[in-house]
Formats: sequence, C-alpha cells, structure tokens
Amino acid sequence: METAISAEGLRKRYAEHEVLRGIDLAVGAGEVLGLLGPNGAGKTTIVRILATLLPPDAGKVTVAGYDLAREPKEIRRRIGLTGQYAAVDAVLTGRENLRLIGVLLGLGKRKARARADELLEQFDLADAADRPSRSYSGGMRRRLDLAASLVATPSVLFLDEPTTGLDVTSRQLLWQMVRQQVDSGVSVLLTTQYLEEADQLADRLVVLDKGTLIAEGTPEELKRKVGGERLEVSVATAAELPAVVKAVADASADPPRWTRRPVASPSRWSAAWTPSPRSRPS
Amino acid sequence: MSSDTFTHSRALIGRHLRHLTRTPQQLMSITLMPVVFVLVFGYLFGSAIDVPGGQKYQEYIMAGIFIQVVMSNLGLTALGVVGDLDNGLMDRFRSLPISRAAVLIGRTTNDLILVAWSFVLMSGIGFLIGWRVHNDFLSVLGGFGLLLLLGLATSWLGALLGLALRSAEAVNAIGAIIVMPMSFLSNAFIPLDGLPGWMQSVAEWNPVSAVVLACRKLFGNAGGSTGDSFPMQHPIPMALVLTVALLALVVPLTVRAYEKAASKK
Ligand SMILES: Nc1ncnc2c1ncn2[C@@H]1O[C@H](COP(=O)(O)OP(=O)(O)OP(=O)(O)O)[C@@H](O)[C@H]1O
Ligand SMILES: [Mg+2]
Repeated sequence: METAISAEGLRKRYAEHEVLRGIDLAVGAGEVLGLLGPNGAGKTTIVRILATLLPPDAGKVTVAGYDLAREPKEIRRRIGLTGQYAAVDAVLTGRENLRLIGVLLGLGKRKARARADELLEQFDLADAADRPSRSYSGGMRRRLDLAASLVATPSVLFLDEPTTGLDVTSRQLLWQMVRQQVDSGVSVLLTTQYLEEADQLADRLVVLDKGTLIAEGTPEELKRKVGGERLEVSVATAAELPAVVKAVADASADPPRWTRRPVASPSRWSAAWTPSPRSRPS
Repeated sequence: MSSDTFTHSRALIGRHLRHLTRTPQQLMSITLMPVVFVLVFGYLFGSAIDVPGGQKYQEYIMAGIFIQVVMSNLGLTALGVVGDLDNGLMDRFRSLPISRAAVLIGRTTNDLILVAWSFVLMSGIGFLIGWRVHNDFLSVLGGFGLLLLLGLATSWLGALLGLALRSAEAVNAIGAIIVMPMSFLSNAFIPLDGLPGWMQSVAEWNPVSAVVLACRKLFGNAGGSTGDSFPMQHPIPMALVLTVALLALVVPLTVRAYEKAASKK
C-alpha cells in the first residue's frame, strides 16, 4: 500500500450550501497529513466521508487501498476514527468501553480483554479503568476515545481536532500518544484549528477554507508564508481581555487577528493572536 | 442472522443491561410504570366501564393494559437511539466492520427483554387484583408471544423514529401522535361497535386490536362484542399476519436509516 488515503474531486453539498467544492488530497503510507482550517471549513465533513460515515456527492476515494464506494467494509476493518466529540459510553467504565469495541471487532472475549488492558496501560488510564467514563476529565475522555479507535490496530487513523478544549498538559500527553502511533507506522489524517498542533504532528499540511484547499506544504513552508508568530495569553477574568488585546495591538506592526476562548478553569480566558495572512507578502 | 451478528448483538445487549443496573431511574420506570398501569386501569376504571359478556372487569382489561407497555416500548427504543446519536456512539459503531443490523438488533432485543420483565410483574399484580387465565399453558404462552412480537415491531418503529428525528423532543411529540391512536383507536379499552363506521373499520384493522382480541381468546378472558370484520373473526392468525407485515415494512426502512444516520454535531 503506497497511499493510505487518496481523494480526487471530493464534493458535498447540503441543499444550497456547498460544503466541499472539489477536494484533492493524498496521504502516503506512514505519513501524517494535517488538515488545517477555521470553523465550518469542512474538516469534519471530509473526515466523515473518508471514514465511510457520509457518502460524498462526487469524487473518487480510496482508503487503505480499498475503494470507498465499493468496499466500505474493508475500509472499516483498517481505519480508526477519533471524532471531534469523544464517542464513548458514559455509563460504562473505560475498560468496558474498550472491551465492547474489541468484541464488536471480532477479537473474542479473551483477546478483547487483553487488548483493553494493554491500551489502558498505554494511554495512562489504568488507574481510572474501572470508573464510569462520565467521571473522566476531558483529557482522559479524549485519551479513551483515541484508545477506542486503536483497538483494531488500524493502519489509517483519522483524528478530528483531537485536542480542542484540552489544557496544555493534556494536549502534550495526547500528542505524545499520537506520535507513538505514527512511529509504529500508522498513517494519519489530522484536522486541527491550531497551526501549532499541525506543526507538532504533521509531515505535511493542507489548508482548507470554505470547502476549498487554499494552501499546501510542509509546516515550515506554510509558517514562512504566513509569517507568523502566535501568542497565547491567559487572563484571570474575561474583563481583563480588552486591555490585554489593546496592549498587544499597540506593540505589533500589523493589526493582529485574535480569537478568545475559555480555558480549563471556567473563570479563565485566553486570547490567541495570529497575524493576518493578507497583511504580509508571501 | 450470521453468528457474527449474534455475537455483536449479544455484546450490545450486555451494554444496555449494564446501563439498566447502573441507572436506577431507568430500572424504576420499567418496574413501577407497569405496576401503576395495572392498578390504575385495573381498579379505577373498573367501576366506570361495562364489561361485555358479564365477566369480571379485571379479566377483560388485562390484555389492554399489556398493550400499553408494548406501545410505550416505541418511546423507550427511540430515546435510546437518540442518545447514541447525541453522544457520538452511533458514529463509532458505524465506523466498525460490523453488520448493519447488529446495533439495531442489540437495542431492540434488549428493550424486548425489558418488556418481558414488565409482563412478569404485571401478571403478578394482575393476579392479585383478580385476573385469571382460563386456558392451557401453551395458549397463554402464545398470547404473550403475540404481545412480544408486537413489542418488537413498536421497538423497530421507535428506532426508525429516533434515527429520522434525531431529537428527544421531536421523538416525544411524534411518538405520541403514533402511539395514542394506535392504542386508543383499538379494542384495548372500549368495545368497537360504539364507534362511527369508518373509525370502526380502522380500529378493526389496527394490528393492536387483533393482538388484544387474540390475547383475550388465548388467555380465556372475555372477548366482548367483536364485530364481523375479517381480523375480528380470525384474530389469532390476523394478529400474527398484521404484526409480521408491520415488521417487514419497518425493519428494512430502519436498517436503511441506520446506514445513513448522521449525528447532528
Ligand atoms: N448535516 C448537515 N446539514 C447541513 N449543513 C451541514 C451539515 N453538516 C455540516 N454542515 C455544514 O457544512 C459546513 C462544514 O461543516 P464541518 O463540520 O465539516 O466544518 P468543520 O471544518 O469541521 O468545522 P469545525 O471547526 O466547527 O468543526 C458548515 O457550514 C456546516 O454548517
Ligand atoms: Mg469539525
């Protein structure tokens, strides 16, 4: 298998809304492709199509060497999917979640048990293994979700914004776990809103905006194009944000674009700046 | 059903039963609701309704009360399906190489086990308030078999509704629109000959009516005046035929809806 994923002319529309306008992308065996794009760009739609959950309107797709339209079941045998929202059973314990997936994958009870234990250890969940997953922190739930998508030892892994909403420590822990998979030869399609995450994990990046790919290259190439530094500042209360924003804007040459989001503790906020790509010569 | 589908469904039933033992509200609702049904319908209305054929009211009414649980199975399954769509598990299952029907078979079978459990409780309470069967064991078993078969059909219908509507509010609203006429436009509580002509025909061809009448016959309870339409003249075979027809219609539609199921997120 030379290419893990190849898609040509992928299109999808919902009523009037054209969500994907002809996407071509390829992920080589053992490669990590980062799919970078803002909210609503169509990242999840691409992942759901490639993971056999959503039929495209047009386009030719192969995943793990199998044709999407003709042999979706063969594809399902070879992929792991970690969706944008953790898909675990909240009532079941971590261990039960993984065993259930194992049995559904046809491992048989004994092997499913062993595989669950192995993954719980590997994902640093052994201590919480017998608690219902609803009691897990966001980071733990994400790790359990990732573990669940690896029960079958897939050769192609889809990660849809795997660390959105996680704090720095959980994020780095998850990155480390994804890297382990990559080192063992798994091909990965990773979507993210963070250039930093793409930079950390991806060999190559494509940038998606409003259903069209607008840029492609290695993280270094893209960073050079965009030029940017990215500054992330956390403040204790949302009320302090305007003052901080003004201070940074005053100190920078170009007007920066910034976004704000709540961070781990509910009363804390952070703002992240990225220089506007249009304001810099490429 | 292939052996894989069997293994998968069994694993998923295990999942649902764990939910049941760990969520007391759920256990309580499938335990208390049937008991309350029997007490409310069996006692309160007893004085208000004339029993056809001079038999004891409690004997006449039990088949109708069993039907209430059968119909409420629609909502139970539908809400379970909506829950799995909401928390993304449906996507997880759909990305696995398992048969398209396994997830649905797992859930509907589980819900049918709960209905059977309710029947056991209701029969006990029914006995206490004076319900008796006057037929051989196999006939009685056949009556419960028909009730369960209809319960399976309402469960699949519920799964279809959950997959199509994808929200608990919508399920509650549309579910009521389906369940109310099905259970009340039938002979569950009232004799049909009091209804206006066209309504009477609809009620007589309602699978629920055939199942209720078949149960009354098989339990040896009073049937009441039945009318001379075909289903009412041959309630046992017609209960079977109408219910199987309903299943044959709904199951393929539900499997198709599952294939295309998209979570809202
Ligand atoms: N089932 C649907 N019906 C109608 N529109 C949809 C549907 N699913 C997605 N869309 C639209 O398609 C567009 C792309 O959605 P998608 O979820 O792929 O974006 P995304 O890049 O993953 O965004 P985010 O970063 O917010 O997750 C959005 O405008 C969304 O509203
Ligand atoms: Mg998304």
